[in-house]
Amino acid sequence: MKYLLPAALILCLWQSVVWVSDVPAFILPPPAKVAVTLWGNRALLAEHAIVTLSEVMIGLLLGAILGMVTALGLAMAPRLDRWLKPVLVLSQSIPVFALAPILTLWFGYGLWSKIMMALLIIYFPVTSAFHDALVATPPAWLRQAEVMGGTRWRVLWFLRVPAALPGLMSGLRLAAVYAPIGAIIGEWVGASRGLGYLMLLSNGRAKTDLMFAAVLVVAVMTILLHAAVNRLACKIENKSRGQAEPSL
Amino acid sequence: MTACAPVPGLSFEGSVFADARTGARRLLGPLSLTVAARRWTCLLGPSGVGKSTLLQAFTGLPDGLRMDGSAVLDTGAQPLGQGALMAQDAGLLPWLSALQNVWIGSRLRGERPDHARAKALLEQVGLGAQGAQNCTRLSGGQQQRLALARTLYEDRPVVLLDEPFSALDVATRLRVQDVALDLLRGRTVLHVTHDPAEAARIADDILILDHSGLTPVSVPQHSKLADDPKVQALTSDLTRLLLEAA
Repeated sequence: MKYLLPAALILCLWQSVVWVSDVPAFILPPPAKVAVTLWGNRALLAEHAIVTLSEVMIGLLLGAILGMVTALGLAMAPRLDRWLKPVLVLSQSIPVFALAPILTLWFGYGLWSKIMMALLIIYFPVTSAFHDALVATPPAWLRQAEVMGGTRWRVLWFLRVPAALPGLMSGLRLAAVYAPIGAIIGEWVGASRGLGYLMLLSNGRAKTDLMFAAVLVVAVMTILLHAAVNRLACKIENKSRGQAEPSL
Repeated sequence: MTACAPVPGLSFEGSVFADARTGARRLLGPLSLTVAARRWTCLLGPSGVGKSTLLQAFTGLPDGLRMDGSAVLDTGAQPLGQGALMAQDAGLLPWLSALQNVWIGSRLRGERPDHARAKALLEQVGLGAQGAQNCTRLSGGQQQRLALARTLYEDRPVVLLDEPFSALDVATRLRVQDVALDLLRGRTVLHVTHDPAEAARIADDILILDHSGLTPVSVPQHSKLADDPKVQALTSDLTRLLLEAA
């Protein structure tokens, strides 16, 4: 619902630019033309959207798991933290975009190079957000757990992880928005399917209206994905902060 | 705790300093404290003299504080494995229910939680109906009683209490004190409080801590009832001593 007003505003602006500047449709197609194209090519768009969506979902899942495991490892092994943290930060200085051709070379033109792109782009935000939260457990809780004679792993599982879930959730929210970027870039570099591929293809054939339609589908997909993750995240955050009834 | 398990006393000897990087500042001591085994010792004193710090010396000082000396059981062992701590901050885990907070110690140690005992403890501190509720929904006083139930659940020979009844109304306080007195009989208890009436009523031994150090106060035999004239006389004595110390 909250997206309706901004969307309407953008549509109005878009249409006004088309009217005022009188640009040809192959430079900036009017919204109505894009809508017609979108509807007319719905099967084609859906086919490519499913490819992109699966890349995004698998990348998101694997990246989130890998990020969580890394964060847990770093939190449990301070020595590993000392060695691995700089490597992680250093790895972020290489733009993921620059890696896309290499990933395509290594993982081929199929799904996996795009999944790897999505995975790489979300790995750091997830790891970083979760790890920061894991090492920020209130010291009073940790002292209490120590006095109680809690074991390291049980304190991690029953205390530090639940306390760090809100942090993980902010990482996942970012990931939901970043993952589609990774997949689309992967498709630009080399693909035979997916919305990124369709964008390049229609751009090359001056089918700007189809390109716009593909962009719209990506945008809607990202918004829906973010909304879904956000919903889950809010539930988990409320539980972690004690605002929902606990399940006994 | 098994009935024949030895109950150790506590002893502290030394000083506590604030962070050495900024030039060590003495927060406490030098002093020596002995808490007799199987007795309830109250540490009474004005705010800010280091009562909580002295208590924390036995369980591990917060970051930035450093101890010069020793805080050990009178057997010479570290108190960590044998003590239960109720800190001033209830420290309840917000994602758990009241009942789950009571048995969290079992979870952290990898033992099977004793549901029946946890429930019974909640009943005893007057939270029997709130067991399934999220602990964040409880009032301040209820949270404090929950923290006490969690401390009692630990069933340790040595119990450290930091202002355990401070947020309770008078009637609840007396009732919960009775529960604690009953369940902690025969344990070594070190109880930090600033309330002379509380100390007079429940302590076997009383120590007043002020900036000049520790002063023991003699405690007569009494009935541990709030309206016992001996308790009331001791309360006024303690109040006078605290006024002099301030």
